[in-house]
Amino acid sequence: MFPFVLEKAGSAEAAIAAAAAGARYIAGGTTLVDLMRDEVERPERLVDINALPLSDIRADGEDLVIGALARMSDVATHPEVGRLQPIIAESLIEGASPQLRNMASMGGNLLQRCRCPYFRMLDAACNKRDPGSGCAAIDGLNAGNAILGTSDHCVATHPSDVAVALVALGATMRVRGSDGERSFAVEDLFRLPGDTPHLEHTLTPGELILDIRVPGGPYGRRARYLKVRDRASYEFALVSAAVALDVEEGLIRSSRIAVGGVGTKPWRLRACETALAGKPADRSSFEAAARLATEGVRPLSHNHYKAELLPRTIVRALEMAGDVA
Amino acid sequence: MTNQHQRSPGEAGTNGHSGPASTLSRRTVLQMAGSAASLAAMSHAEAQSISETQSTVADAGAARPLQLTVNGVSRELEVDPRQSLLDVLRETLDLTGTKKGCNQGACGACTILVNGRRIVSCLTLASMHDGAEIETIEGLEKNGELHPLQQAFVEHEGLQCGFCTPGQIMSGLGCIAEGHAGSPEEIRFWMSGNICRCGAYPGIVAAVADAAGRS
Repeated sequence: MFPFVLEKAGSAEAAIAAAAAGARYIAGGTTLVDLMRDEVERPERLVDINALPLSDIRADGEDLVIGALARMSDVATHPEVGRLQPIIAESLIEGASPQLRNMASMGGNLLQRCRCPYFRMLDAACNKRDPGSGCAAIDGLNAGNAILGTSDHCVATHPSDVAVALVALGATMRVRGSDGERSFAVEDLFRLPGDTPHLEHTLTPGELILDIRVPGGPYGRRARYLKVRDRASYEFALVSAAVALDVEEGLIRSSRIAVGGVGTKPWRLRACETALAGKPADRSSFEAAARLATEGVRPLSHNHYKAELLPRTIVRALEMAGDVA
Repeated sequence: MTNQHQRSPGEAGTNGHSGPASTLSRRTVLQMAGSAASLAAMSHAEAQSISETQSTVADAGAARPLQLTVNGVSRELEVDPRQSLLDVLRETLDLTGTKKGCNQGACGACTILVNGRRIVSCLTLASMHDGAEIETIEGLEKNGELHPLQQAFVEHEGLQCGFCTPGQIMSGLGCIAEGHAGSPEEIRFWMSGNICRCGAYPGIVAAVADAAGRS
């Protein structure tokens, strides 16, 4: 691990000033410490933001507001999360391990870096780690890589589970930087790789995530997160789906669908949502809508299976949400 | 790429033992041999390079004071900011019950309780835990009596080689305290952060279930 200076921020203003001057934020550290040890990340200055009062989890009317420093495990067990948006708890518990969920913050979860094996392999080409060096995954072992949103420069998936649920539900986030606060959709935090895969998010230098707001809506308990993976627990998704249904008298009024494990960012499937509107909440409607999920996929040498697994996962998640299996 | 930057002071093989040779433990002898070997293998140029790197980053890597309460005992320490909590426990405090398995947060062998919550100590910087209350496997036995969960691991043969056992037991304490030990299925899911290469899982699950039932 390369040497660095570690400072502790006593206020958001101090943290933002340090980060605007080049320091990196550290909260749970579960991604950053690991990558620093592997020398993939080499920050010279870290700002420990854990003392900032950003851990609150609360209801605001029908909205759920989650502080950026709230730990995954605390969010997953919070009664207001269970009452308003149980899919958030479900998606969190499907991620990482109990120990890591006790450590990792919500803000850090959104900003975690990719799990493509070549990103961590210092002697392999990786445009995220070393811009311009190429992408070893495109012709390498790419069974876990993305089929949506890829470019000729990067095919890494975004690894978060809860981000998929947040994107499905249309959550927003509030950030503060040197120029003040702004809010935007969580979906817009993530960039497509294009020819600049090292630029992963839309925060400006120094911007600090304050909280995440999940809007109230008609979905509630008819929202489910299904994660398909190589072992039953403590593994990243091959394919995952966060789906929500609003059903009245057997007909779908509206729906939300986002998927993980397949996209270079958490992937909202608006075409599938549109296709479900007004249709009966049954398997044939789900299958017809899910077929649209694979439009535009670009499978790699080892991950064609994802194009088959993706619609099946969506159908099963919709059946769980509609409780019509 | 040399590994010269990866070696934090605590990993250099220092330890608190200074007794006569006849009392040296196997571990201490191995540590001393490892230190000598790594020094011998370092060329003059490498040693020079290390000292230059350190002098150009005077502030970075400087030892920082750290207070921890470990198994009920307050410890005042000086640590390198690069040291993980795991390395401080093992190398600075010589509490080697907590194991270093993958050192990547994937195996759970380094699980400890920090302020009552189970975490993996390899993925956290020690200097971010000033004032923390820490419990390790060494703190469980009281007055010569094993902790009920330790006893349950013995009775149910929740181990084979034993390397993952301290992490399994500390994680099991967390699992029980969180209320996730209600059924074998639940235990399997909530203990999934701890890998056992010997495959002693049936015994581990039985031990956690047994201890949860007794507590």
